Amino acid sequence: MKNLLTIFRKELRSYFNSPVAYIVIVVFLIITGWFFTSSLFITGVVTMRNVFDIIPFIFLFFVPAISMRTFAEEKKSGTIELLLTKPITDTDIVVGKFLAALALTGIALLFTLIYVISLSFLGSIDLGSIIGSYIGLLLMSGIYISIGIFASSLTENQVIAFIISFLIVFGLFMLNKVLIFLPTSLASILEYISIDYHFGNIARGILDTRNIIYYLSGIFIFILLTRFSLESRKW
Amino acid sequence: MSIRVSNLTKYYGQQAAVKDISFNINTGEIVGFLGPNGAGKSTTMKMITTYLTPNSGKVEVNGMDTEENSIEVRKKIGYLPEQNPLYLDMNVLDYLEYAAQLESVPKENINKSVKNMVDICGLGDVQHKDIGELSKGFKQRVGLAQAMIHDPEVLILDEPTSGLDPNQIIEIRRLIKKLGKQKTLVLSTHILQEVEATCDRVLIINNGEIVADGTPDSLQDKFRGQVQVNIVLKNDSVDKELIMKAVSSIKNIEKARILKEDGNVIHIIASGAKGEDVREDIFRKIVSLNLIMLGLHQEETSLEDIFRQLTKNK
Repeated sequence: MKNLLTIFRKELRSYFNSPVAYIVIVVFLIITGWFFTSSLFITGVVTMRNVFDIIPFIFLFFVPAISMRTFAEEKKSGTIELLLTKPITDTDIVVGKFLAALALTGIALLFTLIYVISLSFLGSIDLGSIIGSYIGLLLMSGIYISIGIFASSLTENQVIAFIISFLIVFGLFMLNKVLIFLPTSLASILEYISIDYHFGNIARGILDTRNIIYYLSGIFIFILLTRFSLESRKW
Repeated sequence: MSIRVSNLTKYYGQQAAVKDISFNINTGEIVGFLGPNGAGKSTTMKMITTYLTPNSGKVEVNGMDTEENSIEVRKKIGYLPEQNPLYLDMNVLDYLEYAAQLESVPKENINKSVKNMVDICGLGDVQHKDIGELSKGFKQRVGLAQAMIHDPEVLILDEPTSGLDPNQIIEIRRLIKKLGKQKTLVLSTHILQEVEATCDRVLIINNGEIVADGTPDSLQDKFRGQVQVNIVLKNDSVDKELIMKAVSSIKNIEKARILKEDGNVIHIIASGAKGEDVREDIFRKIVSLNLIMLGLHQEETSLEDIFRQLTKNK
């Protein structure tokens, strides 16, 4: 646990030591801000709906950008050899890096609370669905990050890591958009694998254990795959 | 803290990088792995540090198996990997603190051990700089500092002086020598002088096998060939045949020939039997002939010759 925190602090600090964190947060806020203000001033409806609808799309690009360097950079510079010969477990390293990236997206999401607060002055807001949406977004970014970290552990090239994680995330995200072309038996399975389907449920304010289990098990699977990928140096 | 390596084998795909090697390193020894590039030195070190797993055979550090007790073994070892990888965007103090935390140095001792390392490795002037801004010599010292931050009993240094200028090399060697006094130290190099300058014992590795093992002196003894003596005489229009006959008649000299005549100087090369010092006899003989000797030099097989002999046939 202590080692996990050491990794977490170092990773989070290195996001803020480089321009990565600032660029990600600023661009994120510009895009969400535009969707927030345009819906507010053009349609005049007190809702976070538009913001919450667009964030999963922004994350499709942003999370791979945040997570692409986690292992690829260490592999390229050789520091991975230092890290893996320190008396800490592979799990500590992977989970520490995962939580640091999750904290960065969490911080970006925290800034959008400004929209919620300003809306609350203008009219009544649906607090249940807003809290649900935030939980859903965090879980969603969790699964994106675990995929991104896994992709990063496969290569020492950050661009390739970005592309691999984008393709996996995009594929899982789009699954429930292509269901109409498929037979119904297959469709229900694919729908369950789709990231967006589960987010849709949580965003309505329904915290169903099935949806939460889906996200947590997805995160678990990709963290496990990352560990295997790190161990593959020994095979 | 001893290291015991038994029947270690490692394949990269089809190719064997390390072939069934065994050796013991005792507490307090400074051992040098010497070998050409690609001989298997780094691979062996990576298996000792638990980074790689052997295909067969095992490594024990102080009786603990590197696979079963991986984490415990890592606590005992300080490791400087090849190319000295560092986090270039961190500053020196932050990096050393991070290394200390990862090595489970108790919280209250972290500041002390970081400061201690800064002193020992002479990093005082650059401690607030980013590692990426440092010169190669300073980076190397940072690499050594992180390897020793937890005062490990075993130090494994993979090519600690590669890429440094001669002054830096001497400095780093001095540092290694100083540290090696209390620790079991393994270093690898392809530079011969390094081994002669720092190590108690040499393992020459070639093509994944140990081809020689011993102290630098004992290796020289073992592989010593014929002794060659260069004799330089003043040429006072002397009878060369007479000289050659006289030199050849000296005990233990097997062969003698005139190398060249250079104005009024004659160079003679005489080869003597293995391990015999013939200089004294030559001197007496020359003096007894009333000739003037300008030079007398005996050449022995150097570690360099041994190294070439053992590793040339690839």
